[in-house]
Amino acid sequence: MMLFMLLFSRQGKLRLQKWYMAYPDKVKKKITRELVTTILARKPKMCSFLEWKDCKIVYKRYASLYFCCAIEQNDNELLTLEIIHRYVELLDKYFGSVCELDIIFNFEKAYFILDELLIGGEIQETSKKNVLKAIASQDLLQEDEAVEGTLRDIGLL
Amino acid sequence: MAPVRGDGMRGLAVFISDIRNCKSKEAEVKRINKELANIRSKFKGDKTLDGYQKKKYVCKLLFIFLLGHDIDFGHMEAVNLLSSNKYSEKQIGYLFISVLVNTNSDLIRLIIQSIKNDLQSRNPVHVNLALQCIANIGSRDMAESFSNEIPKLLVSGDTMDVVKQSAALCLLRLFRSSPDIIPGGEWTSRIIHLLNDQHMGVVTAATSLIDALVKRNPDEYKGCVNLAVSRLSRIVTASYTDLQDYTYYFVPAPWLSVKLLRLLQNYNPVTEEPGVRARLNETLETILNKAQEPPKSKKVQHSNAKNAVLFEAINLIIHSDSEPNLLVRACNQLGQFLSNRETNLRYLALESMCHLATSEFSHEEVKKHQEVVILSMKMEKDVSVRQMAVDLLYAMCDRANAEEIVQEMLNYLETADYSIREEMVLKVAILAEKYATDYTWYVDVILNLIRIAGDYVSEEVWYRVIQIVINREEVQGYAAKTVFEALQAPACHENMVKVGGYILGEFGNLIAGDSRSAPLVQFKLLHSKYHLCSPMTRALLLSTYIKFINLFPEIRTNIQEVFRQHSNLRSADAELQQRASEYLQLSIVASTDVLATVLEEMPSFPERESSILTVLKKKKPGRVPENEIRESKSPAPTSVVQNNTHVNHNKLNSNANADLLGLSTPPSNNVNNTNNTLIDVLGDIYGNNNAAVYNTKKFLFKNNGVLFENEMLQIGVKSEFRQNLGRLGLFYGNKTQVALSNFNPVLQWSAEDALKLNVQMKAVEPTLEAGAQIQQLLTAECIEDYADAPTIEISFRYNGTQQKFSIKLPLSVNKFFEPTEMNAESFFARWKNLSGEQQRSQKVFKAQQPLDLPGARNKLMGFGMQLLDNVDPNPDNMVCAGIIHTQTQQVGCLLRLEPNKQAQMFRLTIRASKETVTREICDLLSDQF
Repeated sequence: MMLFMLLFSRQGKLRLQKWYMAYPDKVKKKITRELVTTILARKPKMCSFLEWKDCKIVYKRYASLYFCCAIEQNDNELLTLEIIHRYVELLDKYFGSVCELDIIFNFEKAYFILDELLIGGEIQETSKKNVLKAIASQDLLQEDEAVEGTLRDIGLL
Repeated sequence: MAPVRGDGMRGLAVFISDIRNCKSKEAEVKRINKELANIRSKFKGDKTLDGYQKKKYVCKLLFIFLLGHDIDFGHMEAVNLLSSNKYSEKQIGYLFISVLVNTNSDLIRLIIQSIKNDLQSRNPVHVNLALQCIANIGSRDMAESFSNEIPKLLVSGDTMDVVKQSAALCLLRLFRSSPDIIPGGEWTSRIIHLLNDQHMGVVTAATSLIDALVKRNPDEYKGCVNLAVSRLSRIVTASYTDLQDYTYYFVPAPWLSVKLLRLLQNYNPVTEEPGVRARLNETLETILNKAQEPPKSKKVQHSNAKNAVLFEAINLIIHSDSEPNLLVRACNQLGQFLSNRETNLRYLALESMCHLATSEFSHEEVKKHQEVVILSMKMEKDVSVRQMAVDLLYAMCDRANAEEIVQEMLNYLETADYSIREEMVLKVAILAEKYATDYTWYVDVILNLIRIAGDYVSEEVWYRVIQIVINREEVQGYAAKTVFEALQAPACHENMVKVGGYILGEFGNLIAGDSRSAPLVQFKLLHSKYHLCSPMTRALLLSTYIKFINLFPEIRTNIQEVFRQHSNLRSADAELQQRASEYLQLSIVASTDVLATVLEEMPSFPERESSILTVLKKKKPGRVPENEIRESKSPAPTSVVQNNTHVNHNKLNSNANADLLGLSTPPSNNVNNTNNTLIDVLGDIYGNNNAAVYNTKKFLFKNNGVLFENEMLQIGVKSEFRQNLGRLGLFYGNKTQVALSNFNPVLQWSAEDALKLNVQMKAVEPTLEAGAQIQQLLTAECIEDYADAPTIEISFRYNGTQQKFSIKLPLSVNKFFEPTEMNAESFFARWKNLSGEQQRSQKVFKAQQPLDLPGARNKLMGFGMQLLDNVDPNPDNMVCAGIIHTQTQQVGCLLRLEPNKQAQMFRLTIRASKETVTREICDLLSDQF
């Protein structure tokens, strides 16, 4: 099971955090600080896996963003890398060659997409098509509402 | 930017841009505070906000939170949004709650009804939103509120696949906080059969759930094995086009494959049905075969996914540990990875091989890769990979390759990263001890360790080398010679001085014949280091010097001179001062004979597991690769591994071990009591073990000392007894850095027992501050003789966890003994008088090794009776007399302890005027010698 996922920039700015275990806020901040420092200090080409406390850290850098997950001792490291990759693919497809700015300005979307991929720290849907379909139907609902709202505003409903 | 998006929120985008344009941290904080004030006033204002505005402000709050600021309002607005009819508002409400609300928030109760409504929605998007929220919060409240709905959603035929997927994982999340949420009975088979579902997404999610359920109740879910094996087999043999979108970079359903392989690891043996077993082995072979095929893509995603499945298959092979052929193939495959271009693969291969090294089928196979692993240790760029290589070397080490591996590790230690040195030192020390055929090699290794990485050599390591040298006569001369040589280096580590001082003090005489290491040379060499050392080491050296006086009377004056030096005799350090003056007096006053007795060679240490191993295990709980080859598992059906009970069992075991440790006080401790100062360097070896030390039995023979000690708490006791009254002071010392709260010692002594021994205990403060000590006074009045002794149960909270343990108080009935002096005639007269059946009690028991008569005498003296000399015609026999004072009567009691040296046995006879006393005293003392 994944314990948490953090996205942060090369400057160490946290861009997204998702916790699958209930930690007190203080602890969350401490963990984040420690991990960001540890990972930023690592050189490229180093191993993507780290022993950390009683769990394992799997991280990967995509352009200016680091994706970092904590998993349990028995979890599969390589496949966790691919969960990260799948998430990046989904963001990319949704935003159209995603960049850090997309995630900053649309953080809520980044959360919604992640929720379709993982629930409670376990992978829910591995099919890219199905996740995008789910997100698209969310967006559709929103658009219908927006159209409805506009119509109401101009007195047509 | 996004091609399709719901409705953008302009205000939010502007705010985010503003923040990004801030030139300094201060400016950012200022902008945020302004925004917070604005939002607060909007929320408080009279004007009702419409849904869009609420949504926008709540989003801003979320963004501020993500920047690392605390948010303490807006929750009610979020709850409002969550119950909105509009999906776009609802979604933001849910997001805010998921991100910001803690599991135990009161708010949760406010949203439960809205969530219920959404769960019943006909639109799967709404249902999933609700399920994701339940899973995100995952509290007991949630479990209790939805224990009906969610299991139904999971197995109902009407539920859409996307909802089933979410429901499975939501249920898993709730199960983790409230295991009782899973209905048993017919549900079990319905849940298991989700493995056969048409929809791969449903199977993937359900497998995670089933894995957790199996861990809780393997027998009930055993039916999943066959389904899992056949599903796995179908996936593995599928072509990558078969599974369409569930194929990931040409690998068919890697996530599901890995999950199924994990699921099967819950059982051992995985299956007892030969057919299923064959199919599983075939599947595992297919996976191994595929690893040899050329890659279908150059992308790293392809190789990662493929290898993820391969590693998990290897995990299952290692877990079963019953198919030599598969184990060997796995090992070969991993061997190839050791020189792969990808750091990740090399790392994982090393890790996996650590496990293979512990199987008897693949241990030899792993050893073939020794050279590559040594190269990894030396050459890898990443310290975590080097560390893994060290772990593997440790795991693959056995008698045949120990010398080479230890040598390589020593070589590497000179340049090793600081972060892994300490652990490496421990590992080298353990391997050297474990596989030493020749103890001179062992001594060399440890001295090398100290030379190369002295700072990282912990006390346990150098204590251990001394224990071993003392216990092995054949190596003592060599050890003395080697330390003598090592000490000649101009700069040598303080740990070397400690070991050198100790060993020369014990065995310096073995090399004194050589003029190059004549007594005076040894002494001068050691003393040349004296002034550079810490007080603790100096104290040890002073002990060495007094031992020298015994070994080499000819250098007595040189040594006395050192004792007399101002810096010693008037040292600011009380310990040094005391040693210098006591040793000086000893060397002046004592005759050669007395000196020789006092400074006799150290007795052997009891053989026990290396304390270094304990330290290593503690450093890396759960992750120390074993250096132990497992017994192969017989393919015959054995009982199912129950993970949970297994864990509990281990816990029980470790408790039991801790208790045993306390009950069987190592003999060295007693020796310690007799010749106190001289061996105190090693005196606390067992105290350092970190396991709880619990010494009640020792307190049969003494009244003061440390009764109990673990990492958190030390309990000392001081007691005195007169007639039938006793007073006991318990000293609780908090060893931690935090206060222990709810500190509460409770006496456990039944009302019935209290009629015989009345114990009164003063209350203590409920808080024990960090590093502080508090005292608790107890009074005891012996009214009538009694059996056993009262227990005290101590509970407190440490770092939020409740701690509780019980300790027997040193209040056994012998404490009320008054020693009675008498001559042989009156002793035997009374002895004969007490010859009735009820007045006698006798036990014959095996002596603790080795049979220790002076030790037994000491114990008897501490027991409370008078040890009578020249009474028994046989000088080896020990006889004692005493009176137990109770309020109602006085009970006379005689004791005789007869050793049988040949048989290494003792016979203990107790005679007393009261039957219960006879039995109790006999019980207390049996097995104590």
